[in-house]
Amino acid sequence: MSIPVRKFDAVIVGAGGAGLRAAIQLSEAGLKTAVLSKVFPTRSHTVAAQGGVSASLGNSEQDHWHWHMYDTVKGSDWLGDQDAIEFMCKKAPEVVVELEHFGMPFDRTDEGKIYQRPFGGHMSNFGEKPVRRACAAADRTGHAMLHALYQRNVRANTQFFVEWMALDLIRDEDGQVLGVIALEMETGEVVAFHAKATIFATGGAGRIFYSSTNAFINTGDGLGMAARAGIPLEDMEFWQFHPTGVAGAGVLITEGVRGEGGILRNSSGERFMERYAPNAKDLASRDVVSRAMVTEINEGRGCGPNKDFVLLDITHLDPATIMKRLPGIREISIQFAGIDPIKAPIPVVPTCHYQMGGIPTNYKGQVIADASGAPVTGFYAAGECACASVHGANRLGTNSLLDLLVFGKSSGDTVIEDMASMPKEHKPLPTNFADRTLARLSRLENQTNGASVNDTRLAMQRTMQNHCGVFRFQDKLEEGVQKILEIEKQVAITEIKDKSKVWNTARVEALELDNLIEVAKATMVCANARKESRGAHVRDDAPDTAEFPNGRNDKEWHKHTLWQRDGNKLSYKPVNMTPLSVETIALKTRSY
Amino acid sequence: MDHDALNRLQWRCTRRALLELDLILGKFLVEEFPGLSEAEQQVFAVLADMEDHDLWPLVNGTEECKDAQQARVVAMLRKSEVRRPL
Ligand SMILES: Cc1cc2nc3c(=O)[nH]c(=O)nc-3n(C[C@H](O)[C@H](O)[C@H](O)COP(=O)(O)OP(=O)(O)OC[C@H]3O[C@@H](n4cnc5c(N)ncnc54)[C@H](O)[C@@H]3O)c2cc1C
Repeated sequence: MSIPVRKFDAVIVGAGGAGLRAAIQLSEAGLKTAVLSKVFPTRSHTVAAQGGVSASLGNSEQDHWHWHMYDTVKGSDWLGDQDAIEFMCKKAPEVVVELEHFGMPFDRTDEGKIYQRPFGGHMSNFGEKPVRRACAAADRTGHAMLHALYQRNVRANTQFFVEWMALDLIRDEDGQVLGVIALEMETGEVVAFHAKATIFATGGAGRIFYSSTNAFINTGDGLGMAARAGIPLEDMEFWQFHPTGVAGAGVLITEGVRGEGGILRNSSGERFMERYAPNAKDLASRDVVSRAMVTEINEGRGCGPNKDFVLLDITHLDPATIMKRLPGIREISIQFAGIDPIKAPIPVVPTCHYQMGGIPTNYKGQVIADASGAPVTGFYAAGECACASVHGANRLGTNSLLDLLVFGKSSGDTVIEDMASMPKEHKPLPTNFADRTLARLSRLENQTNGASVNDTRLAMQRTMQNHCGVFRFQDKLEEGVQKILEIEKQVAITEIKDKSKVWNTARVEALELDNLIEVAKATMVCANARKESRGAHVRDDAPDTAEFPNGRNDKEWHKHTLWQRDGNKLSYKPVNMTPLSVETIALKTRSY
Repeated sequence: MDHDALNRLQWRCTRRALLELDLILGKFLVEEFPGLSEAEQQVFAVLADMEDHDLWPLVNGTEECKDAQQARVVAMLRKSEVRRPL
């Protein structure tokens, strides 16, 4: 069967920060560029980012990109690639100032410079003391950033396809990527976007977990499409958990609440962080606080009938302070926990927040499918769906928005460069290019006696949460792998009742689940295999010892994981320890 | 509201930029929306088309809604509580 084909020089899937930044490069260079998005661009999840974007501008005090690089390598627990990290930190001032010129309304100092504030893990002079490096636009940094980038794209005549869902990559026999197949939700029509270059900027997949701060849209579509096309996924065992998501709903309670004096308590009312981090207490870094919370719960000191959460207490604060300094927090607690935090503490649990792994790329945004380092012709990725890898085993706050700007831009630049040596004509599409996608759609259409999409997704989310959460256990992981493979069988037989063509959200949700399950499998299998603790991946059977501080085992595990969908095969590749211009930041125990 | 319009509204209520609004609008659409008058349903559809950072402050009460018709629907949204078991 054939489907309509539209031709572009480049197609970008995703209109969040990374996709929009890439699109500016391409459209301004005069390339005919299509940007596909499941939602209107300024509804992308980048909007949720509040904290800021990092750059060593040195506006408030001395700072240097090399210090930023050091912090990022250390934050990554030495799993980040040092060429990519140098590239990102060095470029940060340039891309942030550029964003300012695009119209981003950054907060300003009295002298009119971009105002900068401190953020966890960002230090001066190679880890000496906190430095002001985060640039923000009030608590709407992501929102303001997307608006500035979107306007710039409108000016540059980028062509948007809004409420279109990309379904699959088109890859020919040589492995070259020739575009994507996509579904227009408004009509139900399936169309091929034939392009010389395809950039994925589809964001994260945080919805694989039951408790997630991520909006519903984060279903890992780019990762699912890449995996189905035979591209491996890198370092999928590494997920950052935010300590304070509202128990159940997952909605984020900002770190600012603890900054204003909020205290974490267990079932006996004890301020337990005093035991785990005597100095920083409730303000210790995200992973330390999350692990302490889970230890309390695992050892039976959790709260509630099932003893499965802890409490964030601000009842001792002056209500006027709460209303003034923490606007919206009271309302969030009432709406999502049924608790007025002026009168009672808020139930919280560590909640999935950010995906460090993804589609393997180099710092130019080219997708690299194997250890040889050769790029997949025509395929690029940037942002949370990609793994450059700058975040390694653990991301520093504010480094993700930076990643979008730097690698969005560099992937665009690389496309322009690569395009110069490509033939003028598009490489023809293989005759059967749409077969697999159409078969997948028709399977869904005709399935009877199948599985419910909602139930299957929930089973997957519960399994990920219980078997692959903040703290990981050998037996739980092994069991988790088996369970996820069972759930995969259900995903293969999902059934939808609504067969209409137009705006069929049931169909779209089933197709999203096809992507979620790929990410869930990759995560569970990679986590089961990595027998050490590093960054956000913490195993009970790899504890802190003299031989292996923090449970990290560099001799065996200082390497990136690559997961292949076919047979759940794993391979490994070395971490890049050769920065572009400075000396290697040598392996060291990570301590703050 | 016909099937297609309702499905579109469902997509726009549950694929938001903010998880807060996914949860609240999604639940409202299932539980409250069918009981609204046609006029109120239209008002809700207009609200659902707003940007997240314009709508969220209204829904969580940090900003007041100036439009009287919208204020009634916003008041319902404000009252809605979304709790999920762990
Ligand atoms: C609550 C919260 C707060 C955060 N705060 C900060 C912060 O302060 N600082 C920081 O640095 N980071 C922060 N982060 C992380 C950061 O916001 C994200 O990592 C980043 O915004 C991701 O951007 P992106 O461009 O990769 O993807 P997104 O912004 O998620 O965009 C993805 C795009 O892809 C599209 N898409 C996806 N699948 C398909 C498909 N199949 N077909 C078509 N289109 C598709 C979507 O429609 C969307 O346009 C935060 C994250 C959360 C959840």
